[in-house]
Amino acid sequence: MSEEQIRSLERQFDERIARDEKIEPKDWMPEKYRKTHIRQMSQHAHSEIVGMLPEGNWISRAPSLRRKVALLAKVQDEAGHGLYLYSATETLGISREEMYEQLHTGKAKYSSIFNYPTISWADMGAVGWLVDGAAIINQVPLCNTSYGPYARAMIRVCKEESFHQRQGFEIMMKLANGSPEQKDMAQDALNRWWWPSLMMLGPTDAESIHTEQSMKWKLKRKSNDDLRQQFIDQTVPQAELIGLTIPDPDLKWNEERQSYDFGEINWDEFWQVVKGHGPMNKHRMKARVGAWEEGAWVRDAAMAHAEKKQERKQKEAV
Amino acid sequence: MKNWPLWEVFVRSKNGLEHRHCGSLHAADEDMALENARDVYTRRSEGVSIWVVKSSNITASNPDNNGELFEPAHDKVYRHPTFYELPDEVKHM
Ligand SMILES: [Fe+2]
Ligand SMILES: [Fe+2]
Repeated sequence: MSEEQIRSLERQFDERIARDEKIEPKDWMPEKYRKTHIRQMSQHAHSEIVGMLPEGNWISRAPSLRRKVALLAKVQDEAGHGLYLYSATETLGISREEMYEQLHTGKAKYSSIFNYPTISWADMGAVGWLVDGAAIINQVPLCNTSYGPYARAMIRVCKEESFHQRQGFEIMMKLANGSPEQKDMAQDALNRWWWPSLMMLGPTDAESIHTEQSMKWKLKRKSNDDLRQQFIDQTVPQAELIGLTIPDPDLKWNEERQSYDFGEINWDEFWQVVKGHGPMNKHRMKARVGAWEEGAWVRDAAMAHAEKKQERKQKEAV
Repeated sequence: MKNWPLWEVFVRSKNGLEHRHCGSLHAADEDMALENARDVYTRRSEGVSIWVVKSSNITASNPDNNGELFEPAHDKVYRHPTFYELPDEVKHM
């Protein structure tokens, strides 16, 4: 194809998206669209999968059966989200094995928030309330994204997320209304998870690459800073409601903006964690790669069994 | 060792409705594909029946041929009831 032809195809492609038409797997698409989607969607899938680890840590120690079934169901949902997203990404021509390989070798990233440790039961509350809360804010606009399989996966994901956030908030609320020790535990969890949750919504607009192109392709509908402000404005009153304090001395209501002003985010910490130097990066990857490698014999055995069954069926048919 | 093949999953949400494609998954064989589909796509009673089909068994039309495939239907307005003129007196037709 000549460059002129490609430019014309690209123009038509952009116009289709501007008209709110969806792009489906076998449609022509610019190489950059394919690559950008593979990157964003696979990283999203990886985040769901790695995101099971910090919460999986507490399933066996949940304080009651009610909490245990809820946490178990939530973690299972996250596995489901990862699987919806991996299969949606495969429609762009990358294999599941390639994606795993990228995750396991550190070539692909996942959300930096999962590189923080979950050291008390209250962290299950903070993660559900704040981390899933921030994830919802990120994900809802993606239900309208231009790539059909991604948009459909996100609709499913978003339907399932709201219970995640509610069960987290309920844990926090119970602890905040409990004994002084329990309240301290809840406050401590909020102190540790607040700033990483703000960072989770991505670098500040001035430093964010890809934004303009992503807006055009509806991979992004609002800027990181707008999403962050939305998250803060919705979360602060929830903290007040249960008597917890947001760990930011500069946080205050701005009457003029009808929004909260907030303190400086430690972006150094964010980039350190992204680059692999967070408290749990190595631990998470070790757990993930270990699960994959230790499961190899099970995958092989299942395949061998399936082939044997198939052969038997064919013999019977003769 | 060989990788698990890809399967397409179709779910009937309730009797009276058709099976609808809802996504795909990897499984060693059709039995495992059904079991995995149950866990991945119907955790909240989204279905009463599941079909799984090996993705490699699906033949799909190519969007590049959409013109020759689908355009011939565009100018056949006589296939629609609004093409026919009836006197106002005729009701319910
Ligand atoms: Fe999720
Ligand atoms: Fe979630």
